[in-house]
Amino acid sequence: MLYFDKVSKEYENRNKVLDNISLTVHKGELVSIVGHSGAGKTTLIKLLLAEEYPTEGTVSFHSDDIHSLRGRDMTEYRRKVGVVFQDFRLIPNKTAYENVAFAMEAAGKHDDEIEEDVPHVLDLVDLKGKMHHFPHQLSGGEQQRVAIARAIINRPEIIIADEPTGNLDPLNTYDIVQILKKINDLGTTVILTTHNKGIVDNLGRRVITMEDGRITRDQKSGKFTM
Amino acid sequence: MKATLTRRIVTAGLRGFYRNRTVSLSSIFILTITLSIITAFFLFRAIFTYTLDQVRQKVDVRVYFNTDATEQQIGEIKAKLTGLSQVKSVVYTSRDQALTDFKEKHAGDQLTLQALDELGTNPFGASLAVVAKDTSQYEVIASQLAAGSGLLGDAAGSVDKINYYQLKDSIDKLNNIIGWTNTVGFWLSIIFVLMSCMIVYNTIRLAIFVYRDEIAVMKLVGASNMFIRGPFIVEAILYALVATVITLAIFYPATIWVTKKTVFFFEGMNIHQYFMDNIVSLIGVLLVSGVLLAVISSLLAVRKYLKV
Repeated sequence: MLYFDKVSKEYENRNKVLDNISLTVHKGELVSIVGHSGAGKTTLIKLLLAEEYPTEGTVSFHSDDIHSLRGRDMTEYRRKVGVVFQDFRLIPNKTAYENVAFAMEAAGKHDDEIEEDVPHVLDLVDLKGKMHHFPHQLSGGEQQRVAIARAIINRPEIIIADEPTGNLDPLNTYDIVQILKKINDLGTTVILTTHNKGIVDNLGRRVITMEDGRITRDQKSGKFTM
Repeated sequence: MKATLTRRIVTAGLRGFYRNRTVSLSSIFILTITLSIITAFFLFRAIFTYTLDQVRQKVDVRVYFNTDATEQQIGEIKAKLTGLSQVKSVVYTSRDQALTDFKEKHAGDQLTLQALDELGTNPFGASLAVVAKDTSQYEVIASQLAAGSGLLGDAAGSVDKINYYQLKDSIDKLNNIIGWTNTVGFWLSIIFVLMSCMIVYNTIRLAIFVYRDEIAVMKLVGASNMFIRGPFIVEAILYALVATVITLAIFYPATIWVTKKTVFFFEGMNIHQYFMDNIVSLIGVLLVSGVLLAVISSLLAVRKYLKV
């Protein structure tokens, strides 16, 4: 469902951050992308979210080159992709409920559906009791769970989690990974970038290792090795 | 669907306005200053126009008649003058009235009054005071009154003198002052309005700069540009509404106070009365300029962060 075809990314006056990446992600996979800082993981995610454009090559979702999507098509694509960031990126002046509901409102969902689904999803991430808390009233782990709820609320085809546990303690890390695993078990494709060896080794799923902008290893059921 | 979208945008705008009170207050403060400048200009212009009108009304061209001019001759000339397109009004002063006016004016001057009595007859001729619609038109009116122009016709002989040429210098000066102040006023208001626009734009731009990351997240979770822009537009409209109310609330007592202090200075103009008489159009001007300023500034500021 997701194809990187000979993708390179070069910033002005800098070395290539991505060098000739070719990669396919199939529906229902849980893929961990690992590598040192500066290996190109975040750039790869930014290309997927169309926050950045490749210097060479194409990134396709099904048969669409995502960097040629404009306006409504781009909005539609982004609704099919749920995203979770290391720094949560919740909207600070909206409550947990409103942050999650925002993604549904933006997608034009009906009020009835929003009123039914948002508490349900917040319950799934164990936050039903803190629905009306603002982000600053929640702990890091709770904020990340809100972010996950927001990412999954529109039933996206793919979840992209960029270092989702980077700012969390081990207990919260374990919780977040369990939630992502559950989402994947229900059929959603998950792409996860991480530094955390424990997470990758425990998952026992596909692992792509990156170094200096290149893919150095792609294992079906891999371990964290660098 | 459109109704739902509008409702969601309005709700988000209202919520944002309330929850980001500091940002809202600073935007309203700056917008209030701008609207106050506009209101001050509105009032200054009225005072200026009123004062000029007063001066204009004091300027007239007088046609003095010989003492033997008949009422009929004067009446004919008055009718012809009234028919001229440049003429605003023609006021007739009879011989008797001229005498009475003179006596009133010199009531304390016994010597003059005595001299007048000794004359035994009324030395004053009747006169017509011609007021032009615009001070620049006195020359045209004067040329119509010149001998041989046809307007006076057979009655030309009954005219003693026309005082335009004695007043010409003052009228020219007045015309110059009006022209000059209009030009300066126009450019001053343009400069002030532009400066205010820049200040409002920069304040709102800074306010929206705070939300740049949020806007990016909204884009990434699949919100359309309209869905992101909408609440900012609603907030901008609210800023303008509140700023308009505050401006009016400042100027209501301020004009009462200024009127008390200046009613003699401005030749009897009641600034507060003018403010109240024009309150509807003033509200219109403030709302339209406030809303346009705030909304355009918001749109320009948000546009930059929508390019994700």
